[in-house]
Amino acid sequence: MQVSVDRDRCCSSGMCVMNAPAVFEQDDRDSLVMLRQTDVLPEQFDDVILASELCPGRAITVTGDEPARTGA
Amino acid sequence: MTTASTAPVLPVPARHSGGCPFGPPPAYAEAAATGPVTRAELPDGDLCWLVTGFAEVRTVLSDRRFSADIRHPAFPLLIAGARELITDNPDFLRLDDPEHARQRRMLTGEFLVKRVEALRPEIQRIVDGALDRMTAGRTTADLVTDFALPVPSLVICLLLGVPYEDHDRFQSLSRTMLSQESTVEQLREAQEGVLDYLRDLTARKREQPEDDVLSRLAARDDLTPDEAAAMGVLLLVAGHETTASMIALSTALLLEHPEQIPGLADPATLPGAVEELLRLLTIVHTGLPRVALEDVELGGVTVRAGEGVMAMLSTANRDEAVFGGAGHRATDELDLDRDARRHLAFGFGVHQCLGQPLARAELQIALETLFRRLPGLRLAGERGFRTESFIYGMRSLPVTW
Ligand code: SF4
Repeated sequence: MQVSVDRDRCCSSGMCVMNAPAVFEQDDRDSLVMLRQTDVLPEQFDDVILASELCPGRAITVTGDEPARTGA
Repeated sequence: MTTASTAPVLPVPARHSGGCPFGPPPAYAEAAATGPVTRAELPDGDLCWLVTGFAEVRTVLSDRRFSADIRHPAFPLLIAGARELITDNPDFLRLDDPEHARQRRMLTGEFLVKRVEALRPEIQRIVDGALDRMTAGRTTADLVTDFALPVPSLVICLLLGVPYEDHDRFQSLSRTMLSQESTVEQLREAQEGVLDYLRDLTARKREQPEDDVLSRLAARDDLTPDEAAAMGVLLLVAGHETTASMIALSTALLLEHPEQIPGLADPATLPGAVEELLRLLTIVHTGLPRVALEDVELGGVTVRAGEGVMAMLSTANRDEAVFGGAGHRATDELDLDRDARRHLAFGFGVHQCLGQPLARAELQIALETLFRRLPGLRLAGERGFRTESFIYGMRSLPVTW
């Protein structure tokens, strides 16, 4: 599973950092989202999917394999 | 798809009469039961759409076909006659992008998650100080005036650089601004009073800058003095009334469910418990106003360009399909074990509350500390709810310990 962000859509709510701090951070210069990693480890799937769902700017896109247990 | 709805026309804002004192006016739940989008009537007689479903509320708040620009001639207003108070210079909460984003980005650095995390010891000190004063030589207090209001006021004053000694003045002005019962004349006076106060303060900060948000705003050459003052008003009002309401209502509700208080003691469950309190109490009961810029299909109706909508956070946050689930209580009941993280208490979309990391930190620290230090806390008299305010809250909560 991969994750990407669209910084033009980010409104710096920090929801992603609160829900998946290993994957997302906020840039010190412009407060916009930055990725710590683009490949998501299986144990991070749930947090990253939640972060993308909760992102108020709809700036987070998840692609690739869904977690195996959802059957996708 | 029809626009001619046969659903009843509901007054907006509905007053609190009957029903649970911690919930929104029952009329909104009744509207939600008839469909996710129903007709409502504004105080000046205009019709608007009441959007009560979770998915539909998220759409309204994140779809750019709905505008937050209060200067739009059809923007829904919750006080009759208030259109004459709208200036050319509204705060950025009431503007669309790109102007909204331009101003908001001037503040986002102040509320970064890591920056707020670094403030936790300072917030803890403020909470402990307020409790020390509340309990010194006493066994009873009004939790609203002695704890719920001072804590967020002290925090926001510190961050903004507003002298706390002035809190009586701006608290009473902001109460008037937030009251559904204020006349247009009272609103005008309060709005000007608090703007004048912030204009003076930012002018002083321009001369003698300190290490605070208002000084940094005042120093910017891409922000006019009026814009800086309007931003200061927004931060000051939003920064203390909302969190104060959440602390007071949460405490009162927890005192009715003492079996759930242990959920606050464990650092692993405290953040989730606070999300559940935010979900259930959703203190913006009257909804967030928007105006449609295009025709939009929404929840089985067509909202036409130029029609007003009210996005009702409180009903969306009680949606059984989203927050219900086996093993949990009904969504109009407190259940600190619930996964409430999808709630919309801070809104959604580009206007979502900028101060939410700070609000969360304050609530977690205030509630954990209160019940840890005063395990015998209990109600000691008649509770008073602030039913007339656009930010629902409490006027008094007598307690003993
Ligand atoms: S949740 Fe979305 S809008 Fe908020 S900081 Fe992260 S990417 Fe930006």
